[in-house]
Amino acid sequence: MQKKIIKLFILSFILFIIGVLFISLNKNSIYDTKGLVGKKITKFGLDHFSENKMITAEDLNKNNFTLINFWASWCGPCRDEHSFLLKLNKEKNIQLLGINFKDKKNNALEFLNDLGNPYDHLARDELGKHSVNFGIYGIPESILVNRDLIIIKKFIGPISRNDYDYIKNIVRE
Amino acid sequence: MMRIKIIIFFTILNLNIVNAEIFSVDANEIFKNLRCLICQGQSVADSNSEFAKTIKLVVRDQIKDGKSEKEIYDFLIEKYGEWIVYKPPFNRVNFVLWLFPYLVFVTGGVIIFLLFKKENNH
Repeated sequence: MQKKIIKLFILSFILFIIGVLFISLNKNSIYDTKGLVGKKITKFGLDHFSENKMITAEDLNKNNFTLINFWASWCGPCRDEHSFLLKLNKEKNIQLLGINFKDKKNNALEFLNDLGNPYDHLARDELGKHSVNFGIYGIPESILVNRDLIIIKKFIGPISRNDYDYIKNIVRE
Repeated sequence: MMRIKIIIFFTILNLNIVNAEIFSVDANEIFKNLRCLICQGQSVADSNSEFAKTIKLVVRDQIKDGKSEKEIYDFLIEKYGEWIVYKPPFNRVNFVLWLFPYLVFVTGGVIIFLLFKKENNH
């Protein structure tokens, strides 16, 4: 009887370990931001890029949709997405909040003078601290939020043609 | 004069002790338990990436603001998900992970006990 119990114990133990390993190996451990979709962006206060004032959540409440875009002049992929941001700026239902990330002010201005300024609101995050509040871990990154500041989608990396089409369709609906 | 110097010395010493108590949350311990999301197998403590530098600044700020270790982890988990911490919190999803070592310990104990009992019976 005891022999049977021991065998049963060992067998269940082995099966349990195999089960745990199987689940763990099939689980995608690459970080993604799917979990952030549907969450509300909490209160924030960003330094305005050129004026001595703050950009707060209240500034974004007026828009149906806002695309929050983290960018810098030293970021190569930010140049790639810029043409799409300029196109999005022409859409009626969306406003763009650009957050200049860990950048020199002169370089940022030069970047916007060269490529055009697609932003309705422009803020500065000199030390990058505010980026954490938005769950940013690299740039370029963009967050599409609705009027209630609920995250609809997060775009990691430069905005692509597909991303542009996706945003355009949502704001035109 | 000597008395004044002694008073000043102890006042400064006392202030330092008070400051040490305020910053008793160890930033380095927190950094070690945070995963650098853009690095390969590195913690925030080990990494010099922009992401790690930013997280270090934010954690230090929160410690200065008097936040507890748990509050800091909760804040970062809210922003980046549980993946950012090496030590996952005890919740409905992770309870097996936490209970597994104890389960192994108890199971092992039972097996050893039964084996000993079997030998004694012989």
